[in-house]
Amino acid sequence: MTDLTELGVKAIRDGVASGDFTAREVAESFNANVAAAQDALNAFIVATPEKALEAADAVDAARARGDTLGKLAGVPIGMKDLFATKGVQTTAASHILEGFVPEYESTVSANLWRAGAGMLGKLNLDQFAMGSSNETSYFGNVISPWRKEGSNAGLAPGGSSGGSSAAVAARLCPAATGTDTGGSIRQPAAFTGISGIKPTYGRCSRWGIVAFASSLDQAGPMVRDVTDCAIMLEAMAGFDPKDSTSLDLPVPEWEAGLDPDLRGKKVGIPREYRMDGTDAAILKSWDDGIAWLRDAGAEIVDVSLPHTKYALPAYYIVAPAEASSNLARYDGVRYGLRELPQGANLQEMYAATRAAGFGDEVKRRIMIGTYVLSAGFYDAYYNQAQRVRTLISNDFKAAFEQCDVILAPTTPTASFPLGDKVDDPLAMYLNDVFAVPASLAGLPAMSVPAGLNADGLPLGLQIIGRAFDEQGVLNAGLAIESRAGFDARPKRWW
Amino acid sequence: MSVDRETVAKIASLARIQMDDASLDRLVPEFNNILAWVEQLGEVDTSGVEPMTAVIENHQRLRDDVVDADPLTGGGVRDKVLANAPAAEHGFFGVPKVIE
Repeated sequence: MTDLTELGVKAIRDGVASGDFTAREVAESFNANVAAAQDALNAFIVATPEKALEAADAVDAARARGDTLGKLAGVPIGMKDLFATKGVQTTAASHILEGFVPEYESTVSANLWRAGAGMLGKLNLDQFAMGSSNETSYFGNVISPWRKEGSNAGLAPGGSSGGSSAAVAARLCPAATGTDTGGSIRQPAAFTGISGIKPTYGRCSRWGIVAFASSLDQAGPMVRDVTDCAIMLEAMAGFDPKDSTSLDLPVPEWEAGLDPDLRGKKVGIPREYRMDGTDAAILKSWDDGIAWLRDAGAEIVDVSLPHTKYALPAYYIVAPAEASSNLARYDGVRYGLRELPQGANLQEMYAATRAAGFGDEVKRRIMIGTYVLSAGFYDAYYNQAQRVRTLISNDFKAAFEQCDVILAPTTPTASFPLGDKVDDPLAMYLNDVFAVPASLAGLPAMSVPAGLNADGLPLGLQIIGRAFDEQGVLNAGLAIESRAGFDARPKRWW
Repeated sequence: MSVDRETVAKIASLARIQMDDASLDRLVPEFNNILAWVEQLGEVDTSGVEPMTAVIENHQRLRDDVVDADPLTGGGVRDKVLANAPAAEHGFFGVPKVIE
């Protein structure tokens, strides 16, 4: 029998439905891969093989009864440990939430289980989703399955969804959930040669996702190809009255709508993304992408997004400001860690708990956020950043009068060695320079693999679409995928 | 604008994060680097521009004004609410004494 862990979401779903193999066989195969890779890659914080088997058995029983199967029936997935899962520890990769066992299920994970998916485990991430290399987790770094040719040095799987990207690239799961606040799906997808899409803000409910920056946070799938993105996003998305910013719109049939023929479509190339310091290999893959989309029938047009250079600094005001507010809830009273030094009063208990429970990057962002929201600085920093955010959003609106989708690199470089940027926050933040503008504007954006650099490491191309036009993004992604012929994968060393 | 050690200590106190001297020494230059970098936003002419409030246009919904409209977010689940509290007692959150 073929190795079932070689299959993606669509192949597993269709194979289970037609009886080529059982959901239990699939779950057992992936459970084995998860266990075998854990020591080397550290992609999971908690593995839940029994959950995967339980869901698989339910699917096999449903099929035996002749029931209609869900969109993800028989597909075992990895769940980023930012989604609350009832009865299974949910930590956001932090010490302060270590041991927190939710009494409820997040809307997105509940949607996935309802569609027939099963849980292989909770995936490691940057602490509270703050980071671009998965080096801020309290539970240790995730190691990318990729290595530079001729080197054994550990590489960053990207972040914050680094457990998700590593696990999908290493065939520990056919699909994983991610969340994207300023690139946390797209950047790790690009670093590991997989596909991931952040939908329009509001498509996926934020209810039950540990909050980082609420006006930016969006969940999305991280999978092996564009078709699997469409399938899994359909299962994740949908209106949820428990999230006040949830979009009250029907979920489109993105899988059925997939069409790589781009005749009559215009693809915008934003000139401001051609930045100093961008890797030559990245620029080359961007040119390849332009050629592929032209070959798919699209017309290529130059567009301008004049405020691009201000997106990252605006993000590093808005996101920390929201984080400082969201993370005020971790106080040692209601859940998680409590540090109560001898004789400490309530205020001292809060401060001691937060000092012990948050990592350095989380503290840094809470502090920046507290500062920019403090009396006397609110207008100069926070309001100015939100005004710039309006200008960035307006830039995209103007560009989308001239084009249907925008093509850009996902990241300015390929993956880098662990430890390289961990002491330089600003250098780390620059990883997301191409990803953050779409986040600030709430637009759907995806990364698809485009090729390898000279070191044999994957590079991603980013497609940004109009609000609500995930279909346009997926279709352009499919046009690239079918021409890039990307079939590289990490050589197994773990 | 650069901030001094005293300001960073004040912010840490506002954020309720205890910080020892070594942490403060490390944070002050990092903090100033980040602030110096975000200050480039001051170059942008934003006169007449409204600050972003909703990134995707949406309208504010109100739920039906009924008890337990959604059982997941309704009431009557005291034990579940307290299940993860580090020091729950007698059906309440326990905290250090706050009055003499």
